[in-house]
Amino acid sequence: MKTGSGRYDVCIVGAGVCGANIARRLSAYELDVVLVDKYADVSFGVSKGNSGIIHGGFHHGRQHLKARLEIQGAMMFDRLRQELDFPFKRCGIVVAAFHEDEMRAIEQLYMQGVDNGVIGIEMCSRERMLELEPKLNPDVLGGLWVPGGGIVEPYRFVFSLVESARKNGVELLTDFKVSAAARSGDEWTVRAEDGRSIKARYVVNAAGLFADEVSAVFGAEEFAIKARKGEYYLLDRLSKARTERVVFPVPTSVSKGMLVIPTVEGTVLIGPTADMVDDKGDAATTREHLEKILSSARAMIPAISENDVITSFAGLRPTLGDDFYIEMSKKVPAFAQVAGIQSPGLTASPAIGEYVKDLLKKAGLKLKEKVDYDPFVGKRPHVKDLSPYEVDQLAAADPAYANMVCRCEKVSEAEIVEAVRAGHTTLDGIKYFTRAQMGRCQGGFCTYKIMKIIMRETGLSYSDITKNGGESRMLKDEL
Amino acid sequence: MKELTYDAVVIGGGAAGMAAARELDAAGCSCAIVEREERLGGILGQCIHNGFGLIEFNEELTGPEFAERMEERVRGTGVAVYTGATVMEVDAAPEIKSLFCYSASFGVIRLNARAIVLAMGCRERNRGNIRIPGDRPAGVYTAGLAQRLVNIEGFVPGRNVVVIGSGDIGLIMARRMSWIGCKVHAVVEILPYPSGLTRNIVQCLHDFGIPLYLSHLTTRIIGRERVEGVEITPIENGALMHEKSFVIPCDTVLLSVGLVPENELSKDAGVELNPMTNGPVVDSMLMTSVPGVFACGNVLHVHDLVDYVVEEAKRAGANVARWLKGERPQAEARIKAGPNVRYVAPSRADPSRDNKIYLRSLVVKNEASLEIRVNNRVVRTVKKAHIQPSEMLSVDLSRADLATCSGSPDPTVEIALA
Amino acid sequence: MSEELICITCPMGCRLKVDRRDDGTLSVTGNRCARGIKYAEEELLDPKRMVSATAKVSKPGAGLDAVSRVPVRTSVPCRKEAIGDLLADIYALTVDLPVARGQTLIQNWKGSGVDVLATRTLP
Repeated sequence: MKTGSGRYDVCIVGAGVCGANIARRLSAYELDVVLVDKYADVSFGVSKGNSGIIHGGFHHGRQHLKARLEIQGAMMFDRLRQELDFPFKRCGIVVAAFHEDEMRAIEQLYMQGVDNGVIGIEMCSRERMLELEPKLNPDVLGGLWVPGGGIVEPYRFVFSLVESARKNGVELLTDFKVSAAARSGDEWTVRAEDGRSIKARYVVNAAGLFADEVSAVFGAEEFAIKARKGEYYLLDRLSKARTERVVFPVPTSVSKGMLVIPTVEGTVLIGPTADMVDDKGDAATTREHLEKILSSARAMIPAISENDVITSFAGLRPTLGDDFYIEMSKKVPAFAQVAGIQSPGLTASPAIGEYVKDLLKKAGLKLKEKVDYDPFVGKRPHVKDLSPYEVDQLAAADPAYANMVCRCEKVSEAEIVEAVRAGHTTLDGIKYFTRAQMGRCQGGFCTYKIMKIIMRETGLSYSDITKNGGESRMLKDEL
Repeated sequence: MKELTYDAVVIGGGAAGMAAARELDAAGCSCAIVEREERLGGILGQCIHNGFGLIEFNEELTGPEFAERMEERVRGTGVAVYTGATVMEVDAAPEIKSLFCYSASFGVIRLNARAIVLAMGCRERNRGNIRIPGDRPAGVYTAGLAQRLVNIEGFVPGRNVVVIGSGDIGLIMARRMSWIGCKVHAVVEILPYPSGLTRNIVQCLHDFGIPLYLSHLTTRIIGRERVEGVEITPIENGALMHEKSFVIPCDTVLLSVGLVPENELSKDAGVELNPMTNGPVVDSMLMTSVPGVFACGNVLHVHDLVDYVVEEAKRAGANVARWLKGERPQAEARIKAGPNVRYVAPSRADPSRDNKIYLRSLVVKNEASLEIRVNNRVVRTVKKAHIQPSEMLSVDLSRADLATCSGSPDPTVEIALA
Repeated sequence: MSEELICITCPMGCRLKVDRRDDGTLSVTGNRCARGIKYAEEELLDPKRMVSATAKVSKPGAGLDAVSRVPVRTSVPCRKEAIGDLLADIYALTVDLPVARGQTLIQNWKGSGVDVLATRTLP
């Protein structure tokens, strides 16, 4: 799949959550679509390091495009989950106020939510808050309850979208870093740094942090994406601090604040910080910020303990003004800009897929529905979610389902093999796809087994095994 | 689903599991070991260096030799051995307990038993646990994973190495990496004294001229794709001296920052844990808070020598056999960690028998003394030539020591170091 | 000129000060017991180390649990300055399976009296 040189109707640059949603949406039509990404796997950019929240639709006023897309996108997730089988749960969101002036802010959020049409939004007393989330600091004064808010595993969402898109004919080119583009006739020629090139009539720029650079390559609008870094801590699934709901503080003017998030897969995420950084490759964590996360999170949920920390990481948000920038380029033809998709981008992303489809249609792209479009991807069994009796039955057909590779997250050899066969051949790709290495031992026990499975399944040599592509090689030599 | 019943099932086929199973078999109990790796021996298989067995076998052995000697003892008995099998679920019901074991060779089987012995060992603390900030590149390994890659798989994880933490595995790996032609640039330890044995400091660091930075914290890992260096910051009077930070270029970081008992199955079984050891709270028979569930070896508390693991596990195996025959401890005394003691294990002593207690010191000291206090009265003092946190201590609590327990409603034994 | 050593015979870790006398013998101070003197003499006059390593297996099997290295050790401590050469010879070995624990893989290496033994049985 990595040797594309064909002609396409649409080329989508960036296989993050936006690109993946757009690709999948377009895969329902009689179109040749190619999705390209500069990384070794999909979802390796902005989409892998965020809070994984399906927002409640009360943070932004509806004069913003992002608020409208947020509300619309949030409502699409139930159906998407049915079709795509990714971890998603509407656990609800509480916003906790600890001061009187925070209660006034809560009231404003409530009114904004009502105005936006948020279903079930509710102002809460202290008692109601503690009933909804018993682990809250009892000093809470009151707050907001949004039952429709939820949590999702963002990379798994992207993987499923891309899998569905590919099933319906979309081609995926990874390690494809767009370095040059030229328009001749009614076609773009898009070149990658490694010399590969493709032709496409329409191009969608969904390049996340690097949308400004891609725009420049195409000679389109000039703008500057700035990276805002968010650092997180991940807590063990057996942590006593695991909440029932996503817990928000009252937001500030610059961010939604630091949250406590009970992930769909049972761990707890706390964070993020929000700091502008100059370097878009800088996903380093810092001691001061991490300490800040712990103390902020503890102020809301006192049971949070640093002993439960299993890892920390940082993600970068692409910021550009105070709204999404989604429109056809006014400077060059047949070029759609999907830029500045920061929070609530994940929530809005299915609606962005719709929106961009409509933009392209208005720009002349012919949309004819495929008769054989299949929105469903096959469900894959996860040993973690099965009873011993079910695993025994599975193992009768494929014994690898009873060979446990990752003991912390209960991942079998068969699931690792599935991941490799689905195209995830880096350690991080397999981690995001299967959760192996994501638990409390952080790969201490299973990394070598996973490397050996990758080598066995792909024929790659030890020197080609990477953490996440490029020069992130795991092994230097053989004895 | 296939179902089998034993008197006892041992979870884990390392040194502890094998020793406990052999005792159970010798006492006439039917018993099985469930081991997730293909071969018995646990982590010993990758510890190819010598220094094991001086107590148990009266000779100095390497890890693989020790493991194989233990395995031979088990293989000659009636102990059923399931290798390549992972215990995924434990139902610790009051009478008959069930374990579900997953294996590529037989699918899922259910083992029923009246008693369970937890012998799962421990795991390494990792980067997340000690919260080292910075980039997240390839090339950061726990020392044990690196040991596996080098000694069993035959790979070289990196060429220029910095070891963080001066635990014994890290020191041993510093020597091992040097012996495969890699350059170890430094060992960095947050404490003012090394965590590993002096012997290993001398033979694994001094022999190779590897600098040991004591009272230094790793404040950043640098490198976008692969590790390029680590930032080290000295600690003076408890404070980080940021202006004195420096960077050591390297392509590999090995972490040797402590071990944690692996008690996830124990938690599933409802076993109460001791926050000081991260292992189960056990009584004088090494039985946990769940009747019929016992624990021994590194899952109970992290030992320094495998020989002590075996010693403790043998006692656990014998106790399980006694328990299966209906013996129950009477009027146990509570044991608590006194001054300068990090923990004691087990947490209870049986005044009608001789007890062996393991403990760890919080302090480094020569010519120290260990005090046994019963109900706040010193009953015996033991001289200790040298104590340090990395070395486990043991003390025999005899019936004589505990004589004054009888007649007291809630007898308490305190172990103190001075 | 005196040399400093940490005695590793026991965990006390005595810091030894060692001076070479004119007749080549050593004067040791700082030791708490006689073992310290013996340690200093061995360490300064004829230092030796047990060496453990792994050797290549000729035909490693397939599969996730296939073993490609056999662990080895020296039968007796090897002179410290010869360790590099000894390791090179161990790494140059190719061992045919099966191999038994204790099997001699190199006998009397370079006439030093040091054998190299397998420390694990591999079928």
